[in-house]
Amino acid sequence: MSGTAAHWARRWARHALRAGLIGLLAFVIFGPLANLLLWAFAERWYYPGKLPQEFGLKFWLQVFQPRGNAVQSLVTSVWIALLTVAFCLAVAVPAGYALARLKLPWRGFILLLFLLPQAIPNLPIYVNIARMFYEVGLNGTVFGVVLVHASHGLVLAVWIASAAFAAVDESLEHAARNLGASPWQSFATITLPLAAPGLIASAIFVFLESLDEFTGTYFVGVPDVITLPLLMFNASMGGNYQIASITALLLLIPSIGFMLLVERFLKADVLAMVGR
Amino acid sequence: MNRRWAGLLLISPALFVIGIFFLVPLALSVVSSLQAKAGGWTLAHFEKSFELYTTDMLFTVAIVLLSSVLIAVVAIAIAGYLTLGEHERTRTLLRWLYRWPLFIPFIVTGQVMRTFLAKNGMLNHVLIGGGLIEPLAAQSLLDWRGIVVAFVWKQAPFVTLLLAGAMASIDVQHSEAARNLGAPRWRVLLEIVLPQVRGTLLVGVVLSFVTMLSVLSVPLMINPNSPTMMTVDVAYRISSHGDYAVANALCLISLLFASLGAWVYLRHAVKRVVGT
Repeated sequence: MSGTAAHWARRWARHALRAGLIGLLAFVIFGPLANLLLWAFAERWYYPGKLPQEFGLKFWLQVFQPRGNAVQSLVTSVWIALLTVAFCLAVAVPAGYALARLKLPWRGFILLLFLLPQAIPNLPIYVNIARMFYEVGLNGTVFGVVLVHASHGLVLAVWIASAAFAAVDESLEHAARNLGASPWQSFATITLPLAAPGLIASAIFVFLESLDEFTGTYFVGVPDVITLPLLMFNASMGGNYQIASITALLLLIPSIGFMLLVERFLKADVLAMVGR
Repeated sequence: MNRRWAGLLLISPALFVIGIFFLVPLALSVVSSLQAKAGGWTLAHFEKSFELYTTDMLFTVAIVLLSSVLIAVVAIAIAGYLTLGEHERTRTLLRWLYRWPLFIPFIVTGQVMRTFLAKNGMLNHVLIGGGLIEPLAAQSLLDWRGIVVAFVWKQAPFVTLLLAGAMASIDVQHSEAARNLGAPRWRVLLEIVLPQVRGTLLVGVVLSFVTMLSVLSVPLMINPNSPTMMTVDVAYRISSHGDYAVANALCLISLLFASLGAWVYLRHAVKRVVGT
């Protein structure tokens, strides 16, 4: 009898431990986000209040007033991100295809070149790109920022594109060629559509990277190009936590959306190849 | 022969971008850090860097190493439970829970932690409310601890994602056999599963290590005062003194720290990619 009781006690202890750990993790993950939400809707919040003394939408109206800084920054950010995606895909799709399908001379060396930027801190790169751009008048221009973001996103885009092409079954292309399709036809009607989910994923990655990028923009974009991350940073350093939190929320929405959707675009086989 | 050159042609725009926006700035960084104002070569900028910033260098390395270790521990624990845990509902919940910070940018992480870990932040309120600390014992965590928390919060999900994927794809025969022979789950994880996914763990941690070394926004927002991380010093040298020489010397020193990790990563990655 007492054996069963001890057994049940152990089971309950295990359940309680499990629930406690999950609860702790949930607090660690969502606590900081909840704090951000509170700040975004706090009209007045001073020490030592546990919660804001007054909630309201005053700061939201301030952020979203038609000709306000935030709306301008949002437009700038999205425009830069779209240009960056276009640039990256134009360069990464052919490169990814070549890496996945064609024989390349100096293959090892080329692969090393595409791995290197990931393995090196990007601060020296940004600092010196800013100097180069200063010489040619690209500092503080949208085009300059796009180039910086694109050089950063390109490596990832090439790897995902190459993984996406490598995951396409080659026998389908051979079949199309045997039925008389030209190389270009078989690429456009077989390979490209099958690789599309992976390519879309790489486009989304690049878009997000560009939207969230801070360091490069900090050095190259100032003072004329203020993207959302820079606006958020300035507000936060200026002590305006409400504006900073609202801007941070705007940046969070696409990040979390992508996190929830990522597996729909990146099939396990593509993800597996990216990790390697 | 024809196909070789076709491949090279397709990949050349990507190589060009990497060359101009990665290799050239890197070379400029080396030149600028070694060039004397009056022309000729000198090590003075490195001497000055060590003179002014030795503490910050040690601070940076300690923070990044500590964060890397914590990231590895968290990732092993979560991925391990996802692979070997017996409670189905807990696994589902955990899988949904752990990945929220995955694509949240560093700058937003910085802002979120800035409010959460502050003296008047939610963490302290919850600790006081739960009776875990006295109200007077509440302290701000916005120093090295805040940076470590922000780094682990942001990077652990990334390594967990890679690790859980790798663990899911290994042969379960051995771990099932060990379980049948009565080995506890934590031993199966550490002695049978983990050795088989060592490579993936290594890549994930090294990529995080390099990334954290060059993050500017988090230390700038959480702990901008001395001692701080080297990225803040670089930004300060440039924005306050226009001193690119010392900034670049600092960059190269942090590159040296990273190259140790990068070497491990590249060796691993090239072996796998070229091998296939």
